[in-house]
Amino acid sequence: MRKLLVAIVILLVLGGAAYAWAVSAPEIEAIEPPDPASFDPELVSRGRTLALIGNCNECHNAEGGEPYAGGRPVESPYGVIYSTNITPDPETGIGRWSPEAFARSMREGLDREGGHLYPAFPYPHYRLLRDEDIEALYAFLMTRRPVRAEAPESELPFPFNIRPILAGWNLLFLEEGRFVADPSLDEPRNTGAYLVRGLGHCGACHTPRNLLQAEERDRFLMGGENSGWHAPALVGAVPAAVPWTEEAMTGYLRREFVEGHGIGLGPMEPVTRNLSRVPEEAAVAMAAYITGLAGPPDPGAGDRAERVAERSREPIPTGLGADPGAHIYAGACARCHEHGTPDRLAFGIELAYSASLRLPDARNLVHVIRNGVKPPPGEAGFYMPGFDGALTDDQIVALAAFLRARFTDLPPWENLEDTVAGRDLEEDETGQAILGLVRSGGDG
Amino acid sequence: MNDPIPDLTRRGLLSGGGALVVSFAIGPRLALAQGEEAEVVEQRGELPGSLKDYPFVDSWIRIGADDTILVMTGKAELGQGIKTAIIQIAAEQLQVALPRITLQTADTGMTPNEGYTAASHSMEESGTAVLHAAAQARRVLLDLAAGRLGVPVETLSVEDGVIVGAGQRIRYGELVDDQLLHVRVDARDEAHDPSGYTIMGEPVPRVDIPPKLTGEVAYVHDLRLPGMVHARVVRPPVYDARLESADIAAVEAMPGVLGVVRDGSYLAVVAEGEYQAVRAMAALQASARWTGGMTLPDGAGIADMLRSLPSQENVIHETGPGGAAGGAGARRVEATYTRPYQMHGSIGPSCAVGLAEDGGLTVWSHTQGVYPDRAAIAEMLGVSEDVVRVIHMEGSGCYGHNGADDAAADAALIARAFPGRPVRVLWMREQEHMWEPYGSGMVVSASAGLDPSGGISDWSYDLWSTTHVTRPPPARNLAPAWLLERSLWPPKDVNIPQPAGGADRNAVPPYTIPNARVVEHYIPVMPLRVSALRSLGAFMNVFALESFVDELALAAGADPVAFRLARLEDPRAREVVQAAADRFGWADFERGPGRGRGFAYARYKNLAAYCAVAMEVEVEGETGEIRIGRVVAACDSGQVVNPNGIANQIEGGIVQSSSWTRFEEVRVTPDGILSRDWASYPILRFPHAPASVEVHVVDRPGEPFLGTGEAAQGPAAAAIANAVADATGARLRDLPLTAEKVRAALAG
Amino acid sequence: MVTLNVNGAPFETDTDPDTPLLYVLRNELELNGAKFGCGLGQCGSCAVLADGRPIFSCLTPISVLEGREITTLEGLGTIDAPGPVQAAFIEEQAAQCGYCIPGMIVRAEALLRRNPAPSDQTIRDWMEPHLCRCGTHMRILRAIRRAIDGGGAETRARDGETPA
Repeated sequence: MRKLLVAIVILLVLGGAAYAWAVSAPEIEAIEPPDPASFDPELVSRGRTLALIGNCNECHNAEGGEPYAGGRPVESPYGVIYSTNITPDPETGIGRWSPEAFARSMREGLDREGGHLYPAFPYPHYRLLRDEDIEALYAFLMTRRPVRAEAPESELPFPFNIRPILAGWNLLFLEEGRFVADPSLDEPRNTGAYLVRGLGHCGACHTPRNLLQAEERDRFLMGGENSGWHAPALVGAVPAAVPWTEEAMTGYLRREFVEGHGIGLGPMEPVTRNLSRVPEEAAVAMAAYITGLAGPPDPGAGDRAERVAERSREPIPTGLGADPGAHIYAGACARCHEHGTPDRLAFGIELAYSASLRLPDARNLVHVIRNGVKPPPGEAGFYMPGFDGALTDDQIVALAAFLRARFTDLPPWENLEDTVAGRDLEEDETGQAILGLVRSGGDG
Repeated sequence: MNDPIPDLTRRGLLSGGGALVVSFAIGPRLALAQGEEAEVVEQRGELPGSLKDYPFVDSWIRIGADDTILVMTGKAELGQGIKTAIIQIAAEQLQVALPRITLQTADTGMTPNEGYTAASHSMEESGTAVLHAAAQARRVLLDLAAGRLGVPVETLSVEDGVIVGAGQRIRYGELVDDQLLHVRVDARDEAHDPSGYTIMGEPVPRVDIPPKLTGEVAYVHDLRLPGMVHARVVRPPVYDARLESADIAAVEAMPGVLGVVRDGSYLAVVAEGEYQAVRAMAALQASARWTGGMTLPDGAGIADMLRSLPSQENVIHETGPGGAAGGAGARRVEATYTRPYQMHGSIGPSCAVGLAEDGGLTVWSHTQGVYPDRAAIAEMLGVSEDVVRVIHMEGSGCYGHNGADDAAADAALIARAFPGRPVRVLWMREQEHMWEPYGSGMVVSASAGLDPSGGISDWSYDLWSTTHVTRPPPARNLAPAWLLERSLWPPKDVNIPQPAGGADRNAVPPYTIPNARVVEHYIPVMPLRVSALRSLGAFMNVFALESFVDELALAAGADPVAFRLARLEDPRAREVVQAAADRFGWADFERGPGRGRGFAYARYKNLAAYCAVAMEVEVEGETGEIRIGRVVAACDSGQVVNPNGIANQIEGGIVQSSSWTRFEEVRVTPDGILSRDWASYPILRFPHAPASVEVHVVDRPGEPFLGTGEAAQGPAAAAIANAVADATGARLRDLPLTAEKVRAALAG
Repeated sequence: MVTLNVNGAPFETDTDPDTPLLYVLRNELELNGAKFGCGLGQCGSCAVLADGRPIFSCLTPISVLEGREITTLEGLGTIDAPGPVQAAFIEEQAAQCGYCIPGMIVRAEALLRRNPAPSDQTIRDWMEPHLCRCGTHMRILRAIRRAIDGGGAETRARDGETPA
């Protein structure tokens, strides 16, 4: 109940702030769409690289849609927000946006007309960008193929559908200023910091958020979530069985199969795919910065991992009356994942090195078991069939519990049944409560 | 349609169904098998098709006193619909209803030796033989009936196997005796008038489809013999590695395991249950230690590697004075194209069943050639061919020389160790991927001059390739034979000469070019195991040649279709080109952003079916994805037997080629082959299939059959590349045209 | 001992419970429809339905299938009375070698049970897990469309069965 009161107070604050700020953002005048040929190809090319690092194509692209034409539903705890069309279409895209309008949107979360954008668009990160990088992104986007596509209206309940309250949110949470290099960091760590905190917006997923969906500054990169996936901690309780090295993380960020780590799954998949398409320096810098933040590796971790792996190489206990999870593992998983399996098929990882088994809950594992992993059609890459339909919830629980026990030295997952059933997790309860209150109010 | 089950016992087969079967005419055995190698064989005699080797009617057609009609072919059903086509031909020529025909396909105990079912030869060889044999059988029967009835033969007609005339009806079965059809086919006899055909030329539904789609026994994989046991093989990491040790005792103690077969470095395990065999295989493989073996090439540098290997230079075509002509006014256009090693990639891994009993050995196999396979197996085992019988049963589509013959050899080796028990051996997916012989990597370098009027003043075309044929026999072309204590290694290559060609198949341009020179640089060594992959060198040569012609047309500012037509003399070639262009709407095509059209043409082997392909593609610039829109093809296969079958082959060829062309490349490093499954060797999936494929079949009544199964692959590949160039301005010359390469080309 | 329900009939087997269903179907029940293609869930040749949803029988241990209704290709019709999807495939001559087609039919059947009017794009996306090497894709798509549009009736009527 106390949490609820706090939330209501915050809402009131937001409302007040909105009142103060709502009228303050002017429209920036529309321009004639610039001629694509007027942009320096060098600048466009740099913009392409930056757009890939920023993972722009992931959110601003509906499934089966045209790149950068938007329309992708982005789930938030408060409802569905649709990404916008950032192709240079004059009517439905950003064709009439001037460089100033574009830069303001990147830094302040305002569209050309002065309306507020939802912070699902990571402008709190992009505000750090250097002018020349925003200019390059602008050049890149304005030279895309214009696509006429109106993004659907976002589906948010009152009062979140009142965009001016975002002014209040910005007042509370939006920091100001550009990126400033940290003199205590060397290169490429400073470049890494710029990319990780700014364009790469790693914290958007990997930093936990507060009740109002702002990142908690003092828990930077300590683990968050996205689209029902756990975004593992990169600092603090890092789940990797073998500590990350700069080299390993560089490879991982570039979607290479890294021994002891595997590959990025879920929302991390497009991030790593994009980073694999830009010069390696970006991943090198990001890896250097992140591993630096994480501090020196635990010297015993490698040995522990090896012991766990050794233990897990015992024959699979599939005799009569055996754990049902063991039967499932033996029949469904072992051909690709079991140690010593000849000709490592489908690039299956030895599960003693799987981070998904070492996370605080089984969400990611359940996603992978149900939906599998697929490379883009026609491309070689990691492939796992989904077992949705083949395994019931109870069977997934049994399998997950077996895997956790066989392949880690960690305690069993709590509330595994709830995770598999998709029942919401504890930390979301307050958000749900607010939403419930708001909804009942909204419905009158 | 032959039901595989009743035919399975040798006694049943050899006893036959009636008096007529006692002596069928086995002609002279060929020194070389037919199929690709048939190109090597000189033209013999005057009889067409396989009648050259089996000139007697009763090698092909047998009619029982009970009116049963048995038609025999030495060819095998590979999913190309050959059974249905041959039944149609026989029924048409004998003038009987389709269900009256029983067809026996390749079986060394039963049918003529027609070598391999390959090179799109089945219709030309077996179809032609059955056509003439059946036509002559009908004439023999009509003549006999005319004599009995005492009326001129012209007054008689046939109604579903019954001769009608002079107010009487005589069944075929009443006329036959055991020597009646033992007569030489007189191919001068015109086959019956094509204008009156009612069965040939019709889209008769394929006889093999309903059983396949309802779960009947349809494949060798489905064969279950009494007491059958299951085997799996264990292969080394590289072709010729040697086995140091394996924990055979531990594996033999596993549940259900009957034993491990070891002969030198050859390893296999046999178990009562199939999954028991799989588990035992995994354990055996995990315990096996290997040593030595060749170093594989680095896949990234295949093109450079091929050019650097020692090669034999064969000038296969030369017109005019040679060298760069055209004088000072000529503009030079030069380009180099490459193709990586590519896979057959059968969806079902290779399988065979072997049974050794009573001193004989029977192998059921989806081999393309029962006789050649028998010869190789006998040689490998050191036994006489007479004690080995190879019976064809269908497998998953093979698209050339895949693992089928090797699996048959596996079955022979393992069955020999377990006499009296039928042994079924099935490869695992990774074994098929890593051990099938690939289609050879290739490099083509082309150069031409364009005179000021846009004419081609000279043409120079050089290709580098390893062999495209290592079919057995000899036994050393069976992978299991490499591993035996008495090892037969390395495999032996064959270079098929022009006009059909192997590596250089379709390297000679079909266009009138006054001053042309084509050179094959044939590489006799094999850095990777290779053999016949559907269309052999033609896929790459047509891709390169037709891309290059497109580049020349662009350079000359000419319409690509008009540019081709201006240099094509063969009226049949012109007709398919025109038909494909017209039906596609070439002239009215509207380009859009990233959207373009492409065209290509070839006559397979410059001897078989004509095929032209027009298509539209859309190139997604950000992802680099090539989306194929509407595709229109035109094909001339001579006299049409089954238009639906031809359309199916062309459609399939285009879709398959669109996978080879966009996605496929064997990944290999010096340490080993990395393409081990569909994750590491991706092929086309449904979202990448074309929006539509239309096939226009040109019928040529009375003309010889022209093989069609490999006609579309090359043109489809070049049409894709040409359409991408039209859509984006970027010319891609290195197969496969992956999204990554498209992105790079557009970004640069 | 595991009890399976295959095509409406119970079947008891004492095969190891971790054995993939495919081996039991083919070797104990002697059903040919489900094929071994990759054993990795990458090609779909082995597809069967479990409670109406497509699964890869090559990777589904029998232990997880007790109490669930398994339908194989053979459960959809016979050579004399093919089911609607089978009939549509036959009428479109949607096969070359045919090895992958049983899996395709089974997967298409699952789609039609849950969505009687899918769009062309939905069909393509739905069929994505299945591979065909002969390039029969266009015919397979046409056959599924024919089954949706109530085609396939021709063959059934010819075989004396009343179209549903």
